[in-house]
Amino acid sequence: MRWLRDPSFWVSVLIVALAGAWPLVTGSASGREDMSLILMFVILASSLNIVLGYTGYVNFGHIVFFGLGGYIGFYLISQMGWHLIPAAIAGAIVTALFAAVLGAIILRLRGAYFALATIGVNEAVRALIVNWDALGGAVGMTMNFKRYQAYGGPMNALWVAYGLMIVVALLSVITSYGVRTSKFGLGLLAIREDEDAALVLGIAAPKAKTIAFVLSAIFPALAGALFFFKNGNIEPGDAFRLHMSVEGIVMIMLGGYGTVLGPIVGAATYERLRGYLLTSPIFKDLQLAFAGVLLLLIIIFVPSGLVGWLRNRFPKVRRVLA
Amino acid sequence: MSVILEIDHVTKRFGGLIAVNEVSFLLEEGEILGLIGPNGAGKTTLFNCINGVYAPEEGRILFRGHDITGKPPYAVARMGIARAHQVVRPLNELSVLDNVTVGACYGRENLSLGEGRRVAEEVLEFVGLAEKRDVLAGKLNVAEKKRLEMARALAARPYLLLLDEVLAGLNPAEVASMLNVIRAIREQGITILMIEHLMHAVMNVSDRIVVLDYGKKIAEGSPKEVANDPKVIEAYLGDPELALSLLEEGK
Repeated sequence: MRWLRDPSFWVSVLIVALAGAWPLVTGSASGREDMSLILMFVILASSLNIVLGYTGYVNFGHIVFFGLGGYIGFYLISQMGWHLIPAAIAGAIVTALFAAVLGAIILRLRGAYFALATIGVNEAVRALIVNWDALGGAVGMTMNFKRYQAYGGPMNALWVAYGLMIVVALLSVITSYGVRTSKFGLGLLAIREDEDAALVLGIAAPKAKTIAFVLSAIFPALAGALFFFKNGNIEPGDAFRLHMSVEGIVMIMLGGYGTVLGPIVGAATYERLRGYLLTSPIFKDLQLAFAGVLLLLIIIFVPSGLVGWLRNRFPKVRRVLA
Repeated sequence: MSVILEIDHVTKRFGGLIAVNEVSFLLEEGEILGLIGPNGAGKTTLFNCINGVYAPEEGRILFRGHDITGKPPYAVARMGIARAHQVVRPLNELSVLDNVTVGACYGRENLSLGEGRRVAEEVLEFVGLAEKRDVLAGKLNVAEKKRLEMARALAARPYLLLLDEVLAGLNPAEVASMLNVIRAIREQGITILMIEHLMHAVMNVSDRIVVLDYGKKIAEGSPKEVANDPKVIEAYLGDPELALSLLEEGK
């Protein structure tokens, strides 16, 4: 395998694997919760990067996939008594189909029009769920504690969900790497740079964009199912939180859009920063304002992000930092 | 010699404007056909109809016996028509090598990434851009971008190459070396349809010339025939009698 001989593949994968394994070694519950959030951000940012960083389509509605996967998974576990793993996979499959249909329609739009449409989709799905009584409507659904018995009790269930979160994070990073280094990925980059030129060069852009959109939908859907299983309840406000999409964009821009490692670095950095801001008495309610200012500063001063800057500044590191 | 491209009464309208008006001509395999005409004559629009950027309202376009009228550009590219744009369109944030690799991978032969890289390297050598392979395409100068545009089209290994003013904006030395590249492409058996404003160049390199004016074909023939056609002189200079008298004065 070409991948296995590529140091940049191992750098990205090992960072996620080792950081993910750390709480398993220490057994610390608070460490696990912190790392679980970071891994979730890695999943959101890495998958969003396939559409935003590689293909050049700014998606403000990425979180809709997280919410849908979460709702479907939660419903299947809490109401139908499914096991977490098949429920999460079913949620991902339905979300992927949703993305395929949605992508075929809204990916015809470009630039700001596409971005606006994605916001609309997120809000529309949220409104639909709020009015859907079988899914708990505006109040949402709560997990019966008995359901956790199948996983060795509620405490153990948290560790199971965490282990799976590591697996999904690794899968999303490996997929991101696979796309980035493939012929398909080169086609996406060409679309990002100049879609009309890409079409003339022979790239079937409508199909390629839709595949990228579907790939980017699968991982947040899985993460959503794990997150809300762990959370014990789900409601529309938590599942379709628009500003989470924006925070995902901040993470990508911070780490470096269009790179494999960038979203990982960005997700971890942003989570730390966010944790500090949320708990600090001065900035407590200003976390999002801070994210906005940060995004502005990055776009003005380091548009290629941390990893992108390193790659441009020191061409030698390109071998290890993909 | 067989016909590779048949343009059959093609008409393209934009609202009330008829950009291409019932244009017909044949292109033989292996020849270089020059397409000339004053600004706004519909040359680039005709190119856009051929490679699928626009669908013509009327008429048919046959490529190697297949009807390609109205097919999307990527399908046309896969069948073996490549194009170099008038306004260069490099993929700025990608390296020169990656730019050309895109052409190779998604062109007629549908190569894998590794094979595409190899073809791209060969083509970069051929057009004289080999030492720039790792530079970002956006950082090239105009002449280099024109070569890149050409390299990307060539890497697709097309049967037919559409060249849209690849000589515009180049200095005489650059024009001469680009003309050598064009001749070398023909040596490889690739058919070329080129739009060009630089008269001495197009007259020099073309086997035949088609002249458009206001969307209509007004002349077709060898470079010499076309250059002496009063309708062509009129199209370029306005009133033919005035044109003739100007030419007389010049002598």
